[in-house]
Amino acid sequence: MSASIAVLRAEARLLTRESGSIFWIVAFPTLLVTGLGLVPSFRAPDPDLGGLRLVDLYVPVAALLAVMMAGSQAMPPVLASYREHGILRRMSTTPVRPLTLLAAQILLHSAAALGSSILVIAVGRLFFGVSLPGHLPGYAVALVLATLAAMALGATVAALAPNTKVCTTVDTIIFFPMMISAGVWGPVQVLPELARRVVEFTPFGAAAQALDQAMRGGWPDWSLLGVTVAWAAVLIGAAARWFRWQ
Amino acid sequence: MPIIEVSGLRKSYGGRPVVDGVSFTVEEGEIFGLLGPNGAGKTTTAECLEGLRVPDAGEVRVAGLDPIADREEVTRILGVQLQESELQPKLTVREALELYSAFYPAPAGWRPLAAMLGLTDRLDIRFGRLSGGQKQRLFIALALIGGPRVVVLDELTTGLDPRARRDTWELIEGVRATGVTILLVTHFMEEAQRLCDRIAVIDAGRVVALDTPDGLIGHTAGSTVITFLPSHPIDAADLAGLPAVASITHAGNGETTIAGTDQTVEALVSLLARRQITAHRLRVTSGTLNDAFLRLTDRES
Repeated sequence: MSASIAVLRAEARLLTRESGSIFWIVAFPTLLVTGLGLVPSFRAPDPDLGGLRLVDLYVPVAALLAVMMAGSQAMPPVLASYREHGILRRMSTTPVRPLTLLAAQILLHSAAALGSSILVIAVGRLFFGVSLPGHLPGYAVALVLATLAAMALGATVAALAPNTKVCTTVDTIIFFPMMISAGVWGPVQVLPELARRVVEFTPFGAAAQALDQAMRGGWPDWSLLGVTVAWAAVLIGAAARWFRWQ
Repeated sequence: MPIIEVSGLRKSYGGRPVVDGVSFTVEEGEIFGLLGPNGAGKTTTAECLEGLRVPDAGEVRVAGLDPIADREEVTRILGVQLQESELQPKLTVREALELYSAFYPAPAGWRPLAAMLGLTDRLDIRFGRLSGGQKQRLFIALALIGGPRVVVLDELTTGLDPRARRDTWELIEGVRATGVTILLVTHFMEEAQRLCDRIAVIDAGRVVALDTPDGLIGHTAGSTVITFLPSHPIDAADLAGLPAVASITHAGNGETTIAGTDQTVEALVSLLARRQITAHRLRVTSGTLNDAFLRLTDRES
């Protein structure tokens, strides 16, 4: 068995033992959609939303929430604690490089987030009649780019935080603007024009708009995808530049 | 050819030299000790061997390889137990052993290793729930799991209770019997005296002595201490005339303590016989590495 596979398998087992992470990444977004879907007014078509219902808008938002939870909430404290407790250092005295451990964490949290997104879409479709994304490839591209940006953001926070405690605090602080921009606290579509334009320059605001467009059946605007990619690129660069192994 | 060569090693942190020209070699099959007070530069020296730190100057070789330039080859033959490191708290002992086995091209079987280290009944316990001694034994197992030629054990028994410490020492003797070279970093005299074939005493970043444990003790004046209660007073001039005496002290209860060497003991015995003095409560204790160490590091400061 190759070393990378062994690391991936061990970290996968460890992730399944983190019941908090599993709840917030996999269960919470679906519970949110279910909870909102049970409210009658959320199931009423709204002319202001182009005839869509609120629950229709919340399915892509919940998918994005899973991605943000995984990348910016669940993963960074794990990475910070692996450094703080000398786990990366111990690994760097073996033939395997500690980068393998980081890669496994990013891969597993991405997989959990994307799995959760699929669950959200399935529950929305089966129980609340939310139509599947109108432009599936566009939706998939927007979601994968959002995942990349979320993982890069998480890695950057873990890189810059001196210890696990600071890391968790920073995560909590950045999560609020992320949720607002992604539309978790209310659809961005109802915001005034100026606020919408600002939100479209944030990584998850742009991703939320792109998902919304793909949901409605069109290929997302290149400018929105471009914003998410640009954030991902900058954050990957920052994480690679500042991550300390010990 | 020595399996570990360190020559003229220097390393500074923020302009303060921590390792200041350390040189020594370790032969294959030896247990070699790096002994010194906290902050002497022992761990930094070990970290340069492990490839965790880049030396400022000097050369470090493991089996002729450079730990930085030949990182991968060195990690295959060098097993490491770090002073302060942990594993993922929810990883079980079995998973840790399987994981680390997968890192090496020709790993030692982890089952016999677990059996040797008394971990067989702990295999399904998570790392976070192990006792200090069990964690330490797991780290020894992980240091040996790649089938290394050399292992570096840093502060092996710190934080262990005396029983666990003794058990660990027996384990290390067992490891040496398999032909693995061991570099032991420690500040415990008893540990170094018990386990090491040779010891480099390090103080303030330099090697202040390098010898066998007996050699270190023997070269120290006053390494043998004789205590007794004479039946009647001994002439002070007689005592002062004894060979190789380092110090003479008289306690309030009349007990006399003389620090010297074996030679002093022989001369004292014949002196007492000549003067027909009986020595009550006679005790002769050989010096410990502790005494030698304190003298060596004292001289430096």
